[in-house]
Amino acid sequence: MKKYISYFRMWLVMGLQYRAAAFGGIVTQFFWGFMEIAAMHAFHDSNPAAYPMTMEATCSYIWFQQAFIAMLSARIFDSQILDSVRSGNIAYELCRPVSIYSLWFSRSTASRLSAAGLRCIPILAVAVLLPASYRLSAPAGPAQFFFFLLTLALAVLVTVSFIMLIYISGLYTVSSDGIRRMCSSLMDFLTGTYIPLPFFPGKIRQMMELLPFASMQNVPLRVYSGDLAGAEMYRAIFLQIFWLTAMVMIGRQLCRNAERNLMIQGG
Amino acid sequence: MITMEKVCKSYKVAKRNAGFREACKALFHREYEEIKALNDISFTIRDGEMVGYIGPNGAGKSSTIKILSGILTPDSGKVLIDGRTLWDMERAGKKPSARAAKCSRIDHVRQIGVVFGQRSQLWWDVPVIDSYELLKDIYSIPDPIYRKNIEELTESLNLGELLRTPARQLSLGQRMRCEIAASLLHSPGILFLDEPTIGLDAVSKLAVRDFVKKLNREHGTTVILTTHDMQDIEALASRILLIGKGEILMDGTLEDIRKGGASMDETLAQLYKSYEIS
Repeated sequence: MKKYISYFRMWLVMGLQYRAAAFGGIVTQFFWGFMEIAAMHAFHDSNPAAYPMTMEATCSYIWFQQAFIAMLSARIFDSQILDSVRSGNIAYELCRPVSIYSLWFSRSTASRLSAAGLRCIPILAVAVLLPASYRLSAPAGPAQFFFFLLTLALAVLVTVSFIMLIYISGLYTVSSDGIRRMCSSLMDFLTGTYIPLPFFPGKIRQMMELLPFASMQNVPLRVYSGDLAGAEMYRAIFLQIFWLTAMVMIGRQLCRNAERNLMIQGG
Repeated sequence: MITMEKVCKSYKVAKRNAGFREACKALFHREYEEIKALNDISFTIRDGEMVGYIGPNGAGKSSTIKILSGILTPDSGKVLIDGRTLWDMERAGKKPSARAAKCSRIDHVRQIGVVFGQRSQLWWDVPVIDSYELLKDIYSIPDPIYRKNIEELTESLNLGELLRTPARQLSLGQRMRCEIAASLLHSPGILFLDEPTIGLDAVSKLAVRDFVKKLNREHGTTVILTTHDMQDIEALASRILLIGKGEILMDGTLEDIRKGGASMDETLAQLYKSYEIS
């Protein structure tokens, strides 16, 4: 276990050195969040009765989404993992007494945490100071804040466990580019990156909420403001744990099978 | 002791002719050609031997090293390392499970060190010493052994200040020395060197050779070396295995192939020609 923690630490530290990328991210995410909230205001004003969330809940949803984008986004991949498969450098990782799955898992989690760690504080700090209709408001209560942190951690793990499946597909097809693009677009839609899941109509929404994608950013971002609470929240946490377990099990098995059939070509 | 018994490995290579029409056809139907990389390879290497594994490009050298280091599964045959089974594809006609294969890989790689001359195992953006610290945890190397090994390797490979430099800023020769040290931190009994001197200048080559000799002499490490550089073989290998077209063609010493005053490269070219593998 210690080796995976060291690996985790190494990637955490390494991620913290990319300052310019973080600065660029902060600026982009801030303006994006601002724009999105403006659009949501327009929806709200056109028919307040049909608007499924409160405006405060929408604001905190969007600000946390932007602040933690590096942690929760379905578009961020570790290019070194993808390259190591394409170029065959994975040979060295296979020469070590480690499980490829656990290695990649700890590494992806670490680089997501360090990237988000650099970006989130400035974004959140500014978001708190904005005028009321754009502001990030306080959490719904101490209990709700605790559940926010818990579901946030679970959401990161569920996201990584799904992205792991995409990395592993690379072990079968050499290049996971195609699957990656397809999944990214699908995930942006199904996780609630474009619009929060409560905005989808009845039956479709119920189905989407059962999918693993709803166990990602959808849960913590709505728990914070109390939009998701009580029995519904417990159900969401249960689903998060279920999907995490299922996808880790599937991923491990696929990875083991792939390791055996792997061919490292050239020199 | 390393034993390979009747190991075969073949690759499937997709082939098609040039042109747009052929490319469209290949969308629906692909033709594969089977290439036999290893065909019935058997040999035994005793503890403490230094073996040069030579042959032309594409002869199957790297495939052998990859099978011996546990990262490539053979199609058939048996590989034993120090009496432990690494691969046994014949057992009762059934393949070992994926889980068993992974466990035996993990057990096996603790005992070996591998250097692929054309790849890097150091983490690019951090100082070399950080990579070493990580390897220490990955191999669970106890503190005193780690410190002793680092000290010894620093001295004999002249690493000194290099350890504090990020790997990407090292020259090839400096990096190769660091790579070799990285594969020896966990004191492996067997060292695989896959073209360790490729692209190095004369000074670095000599440094690498001297070090490998010293390692073998002082620690009795078994060394298996593939290279195209005949001077490496001359300096290091007490035994030579010649492989061509996936088969072992010769197992002997340097003296067996040396002819009069011809240079080593000429001798080798002659040898390849005589076996019709060039």
